[in-house]
Amino acid sequence: MRQIVWLLFCREWRLAWRRPGDLLNPLVFFALVVSLFPLAVGPEPSMLRAMAPGVIWVAALLATLLSLDGLFRSDYEDGSLEQWVLSPHPLALMVLVKVLHHWMMSGLAMVLLAPLFGLMLALPLSSLPVLALTLLLGTPILSLLGAVGAALTVGLKSGGVLLALLILPLYIPVLILGTGAMDAALQGMPVTGFALWLGCLAVLALTLAPIAIAAGLRIGVSE
Amino acid sequence: MKPLPVELDSLACERDQRELFASLSLQLEPGEVLQVAGPNGSGKTSLLRIMAGLLPPSAGDMRYGGESVFSGVGRENWRQQRLYIGHAPAVKGALTAEENLAWLCALSRPVANDHIWQALEQVGLRGFEDVPCHNLSAGQQRRVALARLYLEQHPVWILDEPFTAIDKAGVAALETHILQHAARGGLVIMTTHHGLEHLPGVRCLDLGQVG
Amino acid sequence: MNWSFFHKLGSPKWFYDISGRWLPWFAVAGVALLVVGSIWGLFFAPQDYQQGNSFRIIYIHVPAAFVAQSCYMMLAVAGVVSLVWRMKLADVALKCAAPIGAWMTFVALLTGAIWGKPTWGTYWVWDARLTSMLILLFLYFGIIALGQAISNRETSAKATAVLAIVGTVNIPIIKYSVDWWNTLHQPATFKVTAKPAMPVEMWLPLLLMVLGFYALFTVSLLMRMRLEVLRREQKTRWVRETLEKLS
Repeated sequence: MRQIVWLLFCREWRLAWRRPGDLLNPLVFFALVVSLFPLAVGPEPSMLRAMAPGVIWVAALLATLLSLDGLFRSDYEDGSLEQWVLSPHPLALMVLVKVLHHWMMSGLAMVLLAPLFGLMLALPLSSLPVLALTLLLGTPILSLLGAVGAALTVGLKSGGVLLALLILPLYIPVLILGTGAMDAALQGMPVTGFALWLGCLAVLALTLAPIAIAAGLRIGVSE
Repeated sequence: MKPLPVELDSLACERDQRELFASLSLQLEPGEVLQVAGPNGSGKTSLLRIMAGLLPPSAGDMRYGGESVFSGVGRENWRQQRLYIGHAPAVKGALTAEENLAWLCALSRPVANDHIWQALEQVGLRGFEDVPCHNLSAGQQRRVALARLYLEQHPVWILDEPFTAIDKAGVAALETHILQHAARGGLVIMTTHHGLEHLPGVRCLDLGQVG
Repeated sequence: MNWSFFHKLGSPKWFYDISGRWLPWFAVAGVALLVVGSIWGLFFAPQDYQQGNSFRIIYIHVPAAFVAQSCYMMLAVAGVVSLVWRMKLADVALKCAAPIGAWMTFVALLTGAIWGKPTWGTYWVWDARLTSMLILLFLYFGIIALGQAISNRETSAKATAVLAIVGTVNIPIIKYSVDWWNTLHQPATFKVTAKPAMPVEMWLPLLLMVLGFYALFTVSLLMRMRLEVLRREQKTRWVRETLEKLS
């Protein structure tokens, strides 16, 4: 069991690094969306500071969704997914590894980049660790929930908009908790409660989402 | 691994309100090669996908060694016993032939690299082990997928159009390999538009006549 | 437990026969409840001491919101039945109930917005209830869109079933987070449908309206399901015989 997890991780790692452009695109998109807001509402620091948590979180939501759209599609089209479904190994475990690997390649990079954008949006230095922490806890949830949608739309040619329609409503709790934590941090209030709630949701997503993803993929493959 | 008989019990398949086949019953003994024939759209691929466990049948049952392969222990056991190679070869273009095979085999049981190299040599891909598969031709990619037949230990093979894009010599080598597998007591269920009449002991199931 | 009932329920013909017998009862009960409830609620129930007559829109708003929420739960139950027992009738129910639920949500949103004008002075306020209903509407849209995007009927039914279950697991989380978000951003606004202090003369007609809406929902669901069953089984003999009898 440990061996298959490791082998799968290596496979995903190789596939990712042989097409580095695909890794970079969501990050560039994230940066671009964040940069659009000062251009749209003006560079007034107080206004930017008030908007920053929301802007960064919404950009993270959208970037995650965009990057997830093709998560299973190439495996579906070349028949790899059939072999996964037929394997004696638990499908839920394999998709969990795949999604977590994908998160490491996209979500984690966003977590690392976000403080930089926080600075550009005039957030005070003291709030940046909170931004990174909430994103660190929140982005895995986004990846896991989004993967459920990616699995359900795997056989469809135009999955993108549909995926957003299915999954964005489910992202709302993460968005509220993430921005709530930032608002609290900006007002100098404790954020432990928010972090714990996000952690709770992350554990819930880690345990339940793989089952739903596996079910979605089985349905997609049986088409 | 001792092969057991496969039994189809009034299996039926329905796709989008259209009945492809119904009450299909059949007994397959170890050592048999079954060619599933029929015109396009007669449900050959669907039958193979049902047998592999990818598609639930709309009615009926299938048993391996007396146990249903669609539920419980029987299903877990069946997963270890059958090898399915579908229309799409499951070969990743960005990975090399060796990496592809290592992963595909690991899905059931990991194999050593020497064995992979031997298998690649047997399907005529010597010297292509380290080439990313998107540089290979369609026939060569199909050969990478079929190299699994030389590597894996499953007694039952389910092959959907294995000869697609393969040249004459390759087809002949594969036919020999399939017959050898049957001679060892294995079971092969396959679809192909390539005639197999010249091979001894191949059973034919014509879905065009069953429906 | 008697499982034969459960398996019978899976048979389309049995469902068509039995639902045909139930339908008039539900229809009569629904119309009676709605007529009595609305006349009572609109003309005889006392005015609200704060909102005057404008509160009377709750006789539509609250029942619609009730039905909209329980309809989503029903989708998840149908989804479980469809995935676990592979019952085709559950697929039919799932497909037919989603648009009704979306309409009910829309009615609840619309009446909520109309109610907002005299209460808050504006048509839309990001109130916790209204926001939750809006998200529920998006969840319904997701289910309908996924069901329509997948052409294969079985695949589409199973995929929507999974989505409905995932959505139902998420609904309490969404609901609580939105409530909490609301208290954070809008402390102590005027709470509508305050639970206590609603006299019997006010809530009794509301109860009738809620029951009436449920009956109405059942009637429209059964009618849609019967039509869908006929469409799916059009090749069978019983459907042809039924249609001949009708014409």
